Amino acid sequence: MTAGRRERLADDAWLLHLGADTPPIDDATNACVHQVARSIREAAPDWLRDLVPAYASLAVFFDPDAVDASTVARWLDAKLADVSATSVDTPSRCIEIPVAYGGAFGEDLDACASELGMSPDALIERHAAATYTVAMIGFAPGFPYLSGLDPALALPRLATPRTRVPAGSVAIGGAQTGLYPRESPGGWRLIGRTPIRMFDPKRTSPSLLSPGDCVRFVVIDTDKFAQLEREA
Amino acid sequence: MTVLRVIAPGAATTVQASGRNGWRHVGVARGGALDPAQVVLANHMVGNAHDLAVLEIALSGPTLTFESAIRIALCGASIDAAFDTGNGMQHIVPNGRPVTLPAGRLKLGAIRHGLRTWLAIAGGIDVPPVLGSRGTDLRGGFGGLQGRVLRVDDALRLGQRSRLDTDAPRHPPWWVSLDAEPANARPFRIVPSQEAVATRLSQHAWRIDPRSDRQGLRLSGESLQIPACEQLSAPVAPGTIQLPPDGQPIVLLADAQTVGGYPRLGFVIAADLPRMAQLRAGDTLRFEPVDAIEAEQLRRRRKSELARALLAVDARVQSG
Repeated sequence: MTAGRRERLADDAWLLHLGADTPPIDDATNACVHQVARSIREAAPDWLRDLVPAYASLAVFFDPDAVDASTVARWLDAKLADVSATSVDTPSRCIEIPVAYGGAFGEDLDACASELGMSPDALIERHAAATYTVAMIGFAPGFPYLSGLDPALALPRLATPRTRVPAGSVAIGGAQTGLYPRESPGGWRLIGRTPIRMFDPKRTSPSLLSPGDCVRFVVIDTDKFAQLEREA
Repeated sequence: MTVLRVIAPGAATTVQASGRNGWRHVGVARGGALDPAQVVLANHMVGNAHDLAVLEIALSGPTLTFESAIRIALCGASIDAAFDTGNGMQHIVPNGRPVTLPAGRLKLGAIRHGLRTWLAIAGGIDVPPVLGSRGTDLRGGFGGLQGRVLRVDDALRLGQRSRLDTDAPRHPPWWVSLDAEPANARPFRIVPSQEAVATRLSQHAWRIDPRSDRQGLRLSGESLQIPACEQLSAPVAPGTIQLPPDGQPIVLLADAQTVGGYPRLGFVIAADLPRMAQLRAGDTLRFEPVDAIEAEQLRRRRKSELARALLAVDARVQSG
C-alpha cells in the first residue's frame, strides 16, 4: 500500500487519495481504501463525523469545533503509515440479494443479451455467478456501485436516461453493476429486480449494504419475488 | 394541541433543522437548513432549543392558519408577512424579532433582497428526527414532513411549549439580524484546488443559472475548459466547486450528493457558504481566493457573530 496524497476537501474534511483518480477502476486500490476506512472507524476518534470511501479515495469529515484540521492531518498520516505496515486483510461481510431477472423485472434483459451476443439465460447465469464488492455508495442513499462484473457483460449506458426506474432494479452501467434503492431517474440498463428494501431510513441500519461488503445475487422466480415482497 | 394548517404552501417550503452527520458513507446527504445560523437565531428568539425544526421558505412563503396563539420569528432575507384576525384587520408582522400572534391567519408573501427566510415557531415543528435530523431530505424522500415540500392542507403540529395568551399581535420594538447586507455585496471566498484552471474562478464574475436548487448553484459565465480526462467518482461536500464538461462551474450546497465524478476546483469556505442561500437566478457574484488557515479564522468569526446576536436577543428580552 502506498502512502497517499492528502487534499483539503472542505473546512471540515480531508480527502485522501490512495491511487490514481482516473479509470480503469483498480480493485486493489479500492480494497486498500476500505481497509483504511475500517481502521479509522475502529479507532473512532471523537472528532470523526463522517467517513466516505470511494473508488480510489476516502473523505474524512471532522468536527472543526472539536479539533484543528492540522491535528486531524497528522493523525491521518500516522494512521496511513500504520495500516501500510500491518496490512492485515479483514474479511468483509457477504450479503446475498435475491433477484428476479428479465420480463417486467428487467425490461432491458433481452436487448442487452442480444447486444452481447448471448442468450438471456447465459447473461443471467454469468451475472449471478460473480462475487461483487461494494466499491462505494453514492448517487442516492443506499445506491451501491458494485465492482466485479464479468467484463463480457459490460454495456454502455442508455443515450437518454429513463425518467423513472423502479425501486429495487438491478442494472448494468459500463463495467459496473448496481441497484436502484428507490424509484428515480437513471441511465443504467435494467436486467432484474430485488424485492428486498435496499435503503430504509427507519431501520437501525438504514442501508442493506456498506462500502466494502461482498455481494452475491441469488436467482429467484416470480412467485418467490411476490412472497419476499409481501414479507418486506 | 396547536396545529398549523397549510392554506397555501409557498414556492418551495421545507421543514428544516441542523444537518445529518454519520451517514455520508451510505449516500445520505448532510442536508439541513442552507444557513444553520439563521435557524439557531430564529429558534433562540422564540425560546426553542436550537435544533428544533423550522420552515425554510424560498422565494415566497406559505399561508398558515392556527386556532390558538403562537409565537414566531422570521430570520434571513426580509419577507412580507401579514397577520389576519378574521375580522378584516391586517397587521404587518415584522422580521427579526419574536412576534406573538392570537388565533388567526399568517400570510407570508414575497421575499425581498435575497431568496430564503427561516420561520421558527415556539415549540418547534413536531416531526420525528430521521437519521439524526428533523430536516427534509428531498432526494431521499425522508425526514421533515414525509420527505417533501409543503402542500395545501398539510397539518404541522407543534411540540411542547408554554401556554400563550394574547388577543392581539404583539412584538417588541427591537430587532436583531445576521448578514443584513445583500449576499453578493462582498466576494465569496474560496480555497482553490490544485487544478490549474481554479485560479481563473476569481478572475471573472459569475451569474446564477435558473437551474439552481438546494443541491447546487449552477454558475454561468466564461467557459473554463480543462483537458478532457475521465475521472473516477470521488467524495464531494457542501461547498465543493465542480466543473462539468460544459465548463460552467457548480457550487454544491447542503443537499449535495456524497460523491461526484467531475473535477473539483476547490470549495467555498464555511463562513461564506450560507450566504449563497440568498442568491437568485440572474444574480452575479465574484470569488476571492483564501487559504485554509484564513478560512478557519473566518469560520470562527462568523460563529462569534452568531454568539453576539444571541446575546443581543437575550439582553433585549430581559430588558423587556
